[in-house]
Amino acid sequence: MDYVIEMLNITKEFPGIIANDDITLRVRQGEIHALLGENGAGKSTLMSVLFGLYQPEKGVIKVKGKETAIKGPLDANALGIGMVHQHFKLVHNFTVLQNIVLGMETVKGGMIRMAEAREKVMALSEKYNLLVDPDALISDITVGMQQRVEILKMLYRDNDILIFDEPTAVLTPQEIDELMRIMKELVAEGKSILFITHKLNEIKAVADRCTVLRRGRYIGTIEVADTDKETMSEMMVGRKVNLTVEKSQARPQEVVLEVKDVCVKSMREGHTQNVVDHVSFQVRKGEIVCIAGIDGNGQTELVQAITGLGSMSQGSIFVNGEDMTHKSIRYKNTHGMSHIPEDRHKHGLVLEYNLAYNLVLQQYFEPAFSKRGFLKKDKMNEYADMLIEKYDIRSGQGKETITRSMSGGNQQKAIVAREVMKNPDILLAVQPTRGLDVGAIAYIHEQLVAQRDSGSAILLVSLELDEVMNLSDRILVIFEGAIVADLNPRETTVQELGLYMAGSRRKEAEKNA
Amino acid sequence: MRKGKFDYTGVFSSVFAIIIGLLVGLVILMICNPGQAFPGFVTILTGAFTHGAKGVGQVFYYSTTIILTGLSVGFAFKTGLFNIGASGQFIAGGFGAVYVGVMCENLGSMHWIVALVAGICMGAIWGAVPGLLKAFFNVNEVISAIMMNYIGMYAVNWFVKSYKPIFNNLRNESKPVLSSANIPKMGLDKIFPESSINGGFIIAVLAVILVYIVLEKTTFGYELKAVGYNRDASRYAGINEKKSIILSMVIAGAIAGLAGACLYLAGTGKHIEIVDVIADEGFTGISVALLGLCHPIGILFSGIFIAYLTAGGFYLQLFEFSTEIIDIIVAIIIYFSAFALIVRILIQKFSKKQEDKHGGGQTPPDVKETQKGGSKA
Repeated sequence: MDYVIEMLNITKEFPGIIANDDITLRVRQGEIHALLGENGAGKSTLMSVLFGLYQPEKGVIKVKGKETAIKGPLDANALGIGMVHQHFKLVHNFTVLQNIVLGMETVKGGMIRMAEAREKVMALSEKYNLLVDPDALISDITVGMQQRVEILKMLYRDNDILIFDEPTAVLTPQEIDELMRIMKELVAEGKSILFITHKLNEIKAVADRCTVLRRGRYIGTIEVADTDKETMSEMMVGRKVNLTVEKSQARPQEVVLEVKDVCVKSMREGHTQNVVDHVSFQVRKGEIVCIAGIDGNGQTELVQAITGLGSMSQGSIFVNGEDMTHKSIRYKNTHGMSHIPEDRHKHGLVLEYNLAYNLVLQQYFEPAFSKRGFLKKDKMNEYADMLIEKYDIRSGQGKETITRSMSGGNQQKAIVAREVMKNPDILLAVQPTRGLDVGAIAYIHEQLVAQRDSGSAILLVSLELDEVMNLSDRILVIFEGAIVADLNPRETTVQELGLYMAGSRRKEAEKNA
Repeated sequence: MRKGKFDYTGVFSSVFAIIIGLLVGLVILMICNPGQAFPGFVTILTGAFTHGAKGVGQVFYYSTTIILTGLSVGFAFKTGLFNIGASGQFIAGGFGAVYVGVMCENLGSMHWIVALVAGICMGAIWGAVPGLLKAFFNVNEVISAIMMNYIGMYAVNWFVKSYKPIFNNLRNESKPVLSSANIPKMGLDKIFPESSINGGFIIAVLAVILVYIVLEKTTFGYELKAVGYNRDASRYAGINEKKSIILSMVIAGAIAGLAGACLYLAGTGKHIEIVDVIADEGFTGISVALLGLCHPIGILFSGIFIAYLTAGGFYLQLFEFSTEIIDIIVAIIIYFSAFALIVRILIQKFSKKQEDKHGGGQTPPDVKETQKGGSKA
């Protein structure tokens, strides 16, 4: 039989929602099959059905030609299906080897026989060129290495159908290339791969065929080689999407934000190193400056130092020439600073409040929305209706919707709308498109460019290289808390950027000293 | 926030809990004394009316204290804090009121007001301690509030006992407050003759309305609730979240202190007894708040309801049942109101399905899609 997995006419309903509506997915032996779709398109539900976490209402699953009922992950494992989750499932204070054998330990007389396991792991690691140090602790190794451990885990269990759930989200460009190589090798050895993603470049690079889902429905399966990216994105989103951001040349004017010699000390015990290490830069009116870097290199701490959410141990912040280093968050909020936070659930929204309340989160006390300490609810509602209309924020019950029940994209739109409406002098946008689908990303990018053109200075912090390259007028690369390069996106390649981000190249950012 | 479409499922869940609680109570009565179970049960439900208007007045009198302690707990809940320290704040407030009521002689008609304010202040101080600890040292308010319950109880016992002018050593309790310190009847004695009701009930209702307005209509309430729901987002929004936490506990403490003041200034012969028992009014307040879904108006009704049951339960003794049975029934009701949350979720799911079936055509498809994305993410 040609197909290793056939999921035929799968329908899975949740109360009030059809998450999977008559979806058919067929994976051939020895191919890399991409599963493409926006957030909420039904990809994860479909995979949960495959893993037996949900039982479909309708439809048949065939594995290697045989119709099977999968009742749980153990059944799936027995059938040779393994998965690398987006967020790795590793025990951090265990070694690589211990993690690989976890749950599958070879036991003799109640004692663990690690030597045999080690042999098998080393053999696998050699065969597939997956270099790991079996005795290193997970907490000490890089994310790319952790992913290799996850892959070895599947191989150790003799899985031959491998599922990768958004595997590249946390990797550097070099690590992504490495992963692509590994995937190709696995397939050459006779494994079959199902690759879940919403990144078209990666599909183009490795996948043989691609199944597209949209809003719980099956849209089609295509040969990747015969299809261009524009067509794929149109299938995914349902309409034409402009993949490149259209923007005119930046016309930087006077300096709005000036960050001078900022340091943030590590909060972790025993660490004396600065998380943010003597960072200085300027952002001018009418330009988008992007701080690029791999997650965890001090971006969060730097932004929190600027906004006042976190502390800094030295340095100063100027906005329009005014020293704002020691001003309160409220003062900064009301004096020209807007902030699209990294974590929209933690900082950006009060999820239990309705949309109207959230849209005035920083303005509820202003005369427009309150009078002598009483909220002007009618004004708040009017304002909310206006923003919902203008920024196309979709929700079940309009301004009355409790924000927790809104989709991530619309929550983000609400935050962007709120921050942009303040017409800030400086807009800090931290990973503004994190976890969003192509349509919403394009929309938010347009808003940022529009805000730049209307005279704001924009500081963008992003982990997505496409976003960095497309959107920014100037790129600052941050590595281990220090700015290691100041680049012009027009004169830089993604590869070069990747080298700076990984710390293998340093260039002092003299221009901004 | 819920204008136009009131959320009935909450009310339903409480009513459901009450019905189940009463039925289980009936079962307990049957186990204890099968012959008298039904008359006893009827007494629980109607006992409060045994003496007509007087009985009803008694219900309102009983309810005054627990409405206020319930309001204290419910208010703190709404702002994300669990005020288990209402008992300590209650007794501290009671002490403040009694002290002023016994000691300050020349205040004339202002006397009871000053005594009430003293009670409120003492309660506020007792509430402030856990608030300060939480805001500045991130100490869990439950633990520090429990400590403050013990400190409150022993400190008040010690002070009443050792301070001669307010100690009645014959009866081992505080001296009665001066008659000028008793809360006026405010005309309620005319409606409910012979009962113990007094202006305290009106004060409690005013407190309920005030808390409702503060929470729902003011920027201050907006801040308090935002901090309760999400401390990080509140900081992001520029709200001084430490101040909010402290103020929230201070207000909760003040309301519980007011409860203590209202009880000991009622002029019904209540005195601070020197016993090593934490005032159970505070814990009843938790029940009242839960049954009232922490909504001020809900607390008003649940307080009256529990007082009503307690009053009826008093007459259970006629049928050789012990009055503790009423406590058991109240406890079961609270149990089931927690269980009712599950029922509530089921109802919501059910009604959502109905809506989708009937009104599905009206919802634009894209709106439905966005909801789908949200619930799955």
